[in-house]
Amino acid sequence: MSKTVITSLGNELTSQFDKRFGRAEWFCVFDSETKGSSFIKNDFADSNQGAGTKAAELMVELKADKIISGDFGPKAKELLEKLNIQMVVIQDSTSIQNIVERISI
Amino acid sequence: MSYKIAIASGKGGTGKTSISVCLQHFITKYITKEIQLIDCDVEEPNDILFYPAAKKKKSNSITQLIPEIDKNNCNFCNKCADYCEFNAISIIPSAQLAEVNASLCHSCGACLVACEQDAIKEKEVVIGQTNFYLEGNQTILVEGVLKIGSPMQTLVIKGLKKEISDSNVITLYDAPPGTSCPVVETISDTNYIILVTEPTPFGLHDLKLMIALIKEIKIPFGVIINKAGLGNNEIYDYMETEQFELLGEIPFDQDFATKYAKGDLLKDIPQKISDSFYKITNQIKKRMSLC
Repeated sequence: MSKTVITSLGNELTSQFDKRFGRAEWFCVFDSETKGSSFIKNDFADSNQGAGTKAAELMVELKADKIISGDFGPKAKELLEKLNIQMVVIQDSTSIQNIVERISI
Repeated sequence: MSYKIAIASGKGGTGKTSISVCLQHFITKYITKEIQLIDCDVEEPNDILFYPAAKKKKSNSITQLIPEIDKNNCNFCNKCADYCEFNAISIIPSAQLAEVNASLCHSCGACLVACEQDAIKEKEVVIGQTNFYLEGNQTILVEGVLKIGSPMQTLVIKGLKKEISDSNVITLYDAPPGTSCPVVETISDTNYIILVTEPTPFGLHDLKLMIALIKEIKIPFGVIINKAGLGNNEIYDYMETEQFELLGEIPFDQDFATKYAKGDLLKDIPQKISDSFYKITNQIKKRMSLC
């Protein structure tokens, strides 16, 4: 079982990919086995500080082993490395659907 | 108790430093020799450049208390992280991870209160230092210097203020630019604030931001228009409409700017600039006799 989190601007597969990690609007959790996806709102998006570390902690709760985002801040990166969660950086302006299709091949 | 004056401005580069240094010079001449300049622009303190004869007397470290979690006692209950307003604590039971991110911590102590396992202890971490400078045997300048990489400007300013003597007649604070926390920390305990601006659209825009801030903290203020003669008249119209106190104007002068760039700010000050400062110093004197 493998779960991939994709940062998203909205809560649908047609939503645009969000290039921010800690301050992403939504997290799309994609299960590569069931091919199912669900969307979780990022409650830390508007934190004054520490959004990245809190989002990284949430990744553990979501049991993600891979995250696809546009960039990861230094504090989030440090924590995700410790937690052995793979960070994948892509800079495409595209939809969540498109990314899901690319990783489900 | 010292009469405390902050020299501040919303916009950077309006002349806070030159005016602070000149004010110290002219206040010494016309009001009192018992004056100390405090450089609160801790990210890049540069007042010392204008005191070539000054000697460093001593330096003290400024520290911050950072909590440390002892994993032998921690039961990963997450209470400390819940209490933390600054998202500085990460507790992940499954990864046996319990740590404090020092660059997010504000040393408020809430986590110590939260912890029921006695797993959190505080440790001193250096975030900057204060430097004391003498001319003759008088401390004329004290500066705060933030350690490179630390984001704790406000705490360094707080630490700096704790170390300075309150026995001088006047204390001048050279504030950092902007309107954020370090500026609030610098100006909040003062008797009077001097706002330095310039007659440009940016100068006016940022002056308005600064005045909005000062109105919140309710400290009397006056405005100095530096580099007068440049830009446009909007700032004068604004000052007239709002009826704020105009302490004075300092005319733009290429020679004076050249001297500043060389660090010779106080050498052969042009007459028209001396005249402006004489008037400003008198206004300050009047202001002080009011309290």
